Amino acid sequence: MSTLAANAPGAAGSGLADVAASEASLRRFLHGLPGVDQVGLEARAATLGTRSIKTTAKAYAIDLAISMIDLTTLEGADTVGKVRALCAKGRTPDPSDPGTPRVAAICVYPDMVATAKDALRGTAIQVASVATAFPAGRAALPVKLADTADAVAAGADEIDMVIDRGAFLSGRYLDVFNEIVAVKEACRRPDGTAAHLKVIFETGELQTYDNVRRASWLAMLAGADFIKTSTGKVAVNATPPVTLLMLEAVRDFKAQTGVQVGVKPAGGIRTTKDAMKYLVMVNETLGDDWLTPHWFRFGASSLLNDLLMQRQKLTTGRYSGPDYVTVD
Amino acid sequence: MSDVIARLEVLKTYKLYVGGKFPRSESGRVYEVTDSKGQWLANAPLGTRKDTRDAVLAARAAVKGWAGTTAYNRGQVLYRVAEMLQGRREQFTAEVATAEGLSAKKAAALVDAAIDRWVWYAGWTDKVAQIAGGANPVAGPYFNLSTPEPTGVVGVVAPQRGTGFSFLGLVSVIAPAIATGNTVVVAAAADAPLPALSLGEVLATSDVPGGVVNIISGRTADIAPTLASHQDINALDLAGAIAVEGPGAAAALEASAADTLKRVLRPAEDQSALDWTDAPGTERLLSFLETKTVWHPMGI
Repeated sequence: MSTLAANAPGAAGSGLADVAASEASLRRFLHGLPGVDQVGLEARAATLGTRSIKTTAKAYAIDLAISMIDLTTLEGADTVGKVRALCAKGRTPDPSDPGTPRVAAICVYPDMVATAKDALRGTAIQVASVATAFPAGRAALPVKLADTADAVAAGADEIDMVIDRGAFLSGRYLDVFNEIVAVKEACRRPDGTAAHLKVIFETGELQTYDNVRRASWLAMLAGADFIKTSTGKVAVNATPPVTLLMLEAVRDFKAQTGVQVGVKPAGGIRTTKDAMKYLVMVNETLGDDWLTPHWFRFGASSLLNDLLMQRQKLTTGRYSGPDYVTVD
Repeated sequence: MSDVIARLEVLKTYKLYVGGKFPRSESGRVYEVTDSKGQWLANAPLGTRKDTRDAVLAARAAVKGWAGTTAYNRGQVLYRVAEMLQGRREQFTAEVATAEGLSAKKAAALVDAAIDRWVWYAGWTDKVAQIAGGANPVAGPYFNLSTPEPTGVVGVVAPQRGTGFSFLGLVSVIAPAIATGNTVVVAAAADAPLPALSLGEVLATSDVPGGVVNIISGRTADIAPTLASHQDINALDLAGAIAVEGPGAAAALEASAADTLKRVLRPAEDQSALDWTDAPGTERLLSFLETKTVWHPMGI
């Protein structure tokens, strides 16, 4: 696990080694990041959203998008039966076409990890679990770490943690940093491997694009394997400008440290058209390296149905309808 | 100042009517609409397969609300449409006169007939259950009741031939479908789409919820096959399928619709001989209904 080691706090040889040495140095670094040009960012994201993707390219993009989905159910009303049904859908998204790729992961609450793990046995589909008092993140650190360790012990392959937005917004960056490091530590398994750590910023609550850039760097410095936009539980979720900004942060981080970090926009991505826009952004900002389920994911539930309907349209030539996909 | 500058007439941009809004065609294209003598009248949007798909989405989204409205309320809403049409009588008269090459007087008579037909169908909303449903006699201690329910989304190929086709004919195919709680996607008559596009403006200002009626102008050979093959459309009214061969022909559309088990209402044998002023009867009204039958134990 050389990447994990290199990804540890203070990645060596990057000049960022002592950034997190103290609250002051961390603040100096994060506030020293260049400010975001809001108009330019939004215009760039809008321009990238106008590309027209057709025929074979569209078929490729649809299959790629399906394979990148973290199929998610995070409801208070989740039952064992519902999680099993979702896992079955992840394994065989379209029973009428066995050629349909499988999704990347199933994303559930920690208490459903064992159920999902069991239902996905024999496949390469990962089980992702939210943790650290998702979605608000309002709990004491030991509770968050126990939550994480519990999910990992139940077999979670990936952990989606939320940052403490209160601490971040009040400028206690080192607290946030240390919390991510601690959760990362809690992701370790007894056999020495570790669950992948995705860090959720809840960008809808971070107020400014500058904050999103700072949060991105903060999380990457602390050792995040993935950075994720939102929980899907607040009014504003993943938007193209925010995602583009995070993609740029990931690109710059790799240029500076050589460490590759993944990105996961989540919430509010419901249509194939939306998904295509994100794929175009990834391709234009980061290139082929990130165009795999290993480095880019969609956190979504209803997106899959729309992708399947579009896929059916491409294969049959007829527009499909909601009667031909499952009701989740 | 003796020079008087001649006033420039403000021309209308006709637009599609989809989901209660007035979008231009997704293709950005328009086509020329002429009167019966070939004189240019206006540019109409050239609706595409994608526009049709968007319209079906809007129609599907509107089904639940519209079908769930009480029959009495639906009747009131349809009556309100007739009221709005009355206020636009002059405009429709002009459009029908140019579309069908009629005198203003004849056109006005057709528009009046169309308004009366809305009122007639508005009256049917809370009466159709009595003729299409009822209590069934059964040998057992049960009530057995059949009630008609709307089929869902109906694709309509608007009339393109016959006396009064451009507006009275159009009303005669839209009103019965929505009176029973269906929502419709209408392929407007390709050569005479202006009354249909103006009807969209009337519906938008009546109390008809957005998406209940969606109107697409453009080539019938593009739009009708999309409606026929679309898996999320439940029934097809081929009133104006005039093509003799090709994908837009009635037989081809019917075959395509059969793949997804749609109800299909066939066009008349000789559409040119049709007179839309004839009493419509209840055939269309009863064509897009599904019968729900329930058994209920009888009280002692």
